[in-house]
Amino acid sequence: MSHAHTQLPDDERIKSRSRLREALIRPELGGIVGTIVVFALFAVFAFDSGMFKSQGIMNWSQVSAQFMIIAVGACLLMIAGEFDLSVGSMIGFSGMMIAMFSVTLGWPVWLAILVTFVLALAIGALNGFIVVRTGLPSFIVTLASLFILRGFTIYFPQTIERKTIIGGVSEVAQGDWLAAVFGGKILTGLFTWLGNAGLIATFDRGLRKGQPVVDGVPMLIVWALVLVVIGHIVLTRTRFGNWIFASGGDAQAARYAGVPVNRVKISMFMFTAFCATVFATCQVMEFGSAGADRGLLKEFEAIIAVVIGGALLTGGYGSVIGAALGALIFGVVQQGLFFAGVESSLFRVFLGVILLCAVILNTYVRRLITGER
Amino acid sequence: MNPHAPIIQMKNIEKHFGSVIALAGVSLEVFPGECHCLLGDNGAGKSTFIKTMSGVHKPTKGEILFEGKPLHFDRPRDAINAGIATVYQDLAMIPLMSVSRNFFMGNEPLRKVGPLKFFDHEHANSVTMEEMRRMGINLRGPDQAVGTLSGGERQTVAIARAVHFGAKVLILDEPTSALGVRQTANVLSTIDKVRKQGIAVVFITHNVRHAMAVADRFTVLNRGKTLGTAQRGQITPEELQDLMAGGQELVELEGSLGGTV
Repeated sequence: MSHAHTQLPDDERIKSRSRLREALIRPELGGIVGTIVVFALFAVFAFDSGMFKSQGIMNWSQVSAQFMIIAVGACLLMIAGEFDLSVGSMIGFSGMMIAMFSVTLGWPVWLAILVTFVLALAIGALNGFIVVRTGLPSFIVTLASLFILRGFTIYFPQTIERKTIIGGVSEVAQGDWLAAVFGGKILTGLFTWLGNAGLIATFDRGLRKGQPVVDGVPMLIVWALVLVVIGHIVLTRTRFGNWIFASGGDAQAARYAGVPVNRVKISMFMFTAFCATVFATCQVMEFGSAGADRGLLKEFEAIIAVVIGGALLTGGYGSVIGAALGALIFGVVQQGLFFAGVESSLFRVFLGVILLCAVILNTYVRRLITGER
Repeated sequence: MNPHAPIIQMKNIEKHFGSVIALAGVSLEVFPGECHCLLGDNGAGKSTFIKTMSGVHKPTKGEILFEGKPLHFDRPRDAINAGIATVYQDLAMIPLMSVSRNFFMGNEPLRKVGPLKFFDHEHANSVTMEEMRRMGINLRGPDQAVGTLSGGERQTVAIARAVHFGAKVLILDEPTSALGVRQTANVLSTIDKVRKQGIAVVFITHNVRHAMAVADRFTVLNRGKTLGTAQRGQITPEELQDLMAGGQELVELEGSLGGTV
């Protein structure tokens, strides 16, 4: 137990690795390569289509930001070793609750949003509680929530209003402070200046002549970036992040080391529900309405983004930055094919190919890092 | 060898699971700086006994005295806080995580930045590298995944972790049962180093040769009961083997196998 033998001879069986290789071998590699490939492809085939002008950039950024918001939640939950298949239904449910509280019941919009968030967090906690208590796979438990929440999302407006779309949210949200946090825009001054300086496109006729076509950054994008940054910092730089990895890596080993695994898992279910509700609130504020079919299949899109980003489906491994890149790829491909004038059904083909390539690359990288056989 | 009072005393521990009596009155005392070997065949109650010692199970009857005072554990965390650390055979480490993240799992060092607290990776990495060097493990870096280590190295990391966080009693659950010859020797020498630091080691195994290599005393469990405790040098490997198997049957079996068991 002395410091005498601090200099051990190098183990001849550990190959030395070059700096470049060290830098490349990271969980996000699949996402980084995918992003470069996708941008390169569209730069070649769709550069003149307006995809890289202010309006085009705003278009795919907004779609990507939507995916990012739910991917951050799905990513942390997946690393903690669980799934949430009810994300899409939660988006529909939360949006519908905000519309019904504010329009049908006439509550102030800020109250409707706050109550909806509390409700969503409670449902997330319930999902998590059932999973940790029963020990059932979260796949099954949240599949049940998928149907239950979607059912209520259709039932409430049907019985009360006799319709499945509740409109009129924009009108009641006028001037509401909390509605602006989800539906507003920032940096409008900067964009007006850019428009005046001729750096971005402006309207050349009509009522808004001279104003920039893109007049600010929607709060949706701000939320996406903030959630990605916070998610990344929490995962990699905090004690709780270590607990998330441990809970997903091996729950029993983590418990023996004193990690409160159940608390970690339940809070990740709550965070996923929170992200779904952020998505829903932004969407309701943008459209001014809530529909019973909103958010359909979003759970799978979130999971795909997370997996492209290098996370392991069985938990314990992954990266929020990777998931964000996965969401970016998803959004750019979906909108980019439209700009490139490619038949939109090919979107799925393209996505399937990217998913497969990214996962193969990710698996290879992960084996190098973790020594899995 | 035992100049001090026992650090932990288990008195007449009984543990019932429904109608199954897993432990029917097991007593054991461990002194600081001794390696106490707990032997027993599969199903003898070894696992149940150490889980009781480490706070996973509550004893149905009996008393646990730690440093002379009665102790009650509600959670494994209570036992860890008291200074009783357990290294489980295959649950010691999380292969997907780095050595340094594993080392500080559940004991993350924190660095304050304003009102926020962050995982102090710098501290964690330097401590991990230092502790690994002391144990004779060559890491490529503190962020190397545990999955790239051998089974023996993983056990060693887990032992180093327990010692670093102030374990006074270290319980090792069959640390050598899945290891090769060289790795077993490494783990046994690690046990020896730990014991010399004055830590009480409870070493669970069913391999008599491994037990003979490091243990100061031996306690044999059979069918939920203690068959007695022997000092090193007072008992032969053959006698231990017989006690573990419950005597007569194995003698007959051994005869037919030419004494190779």
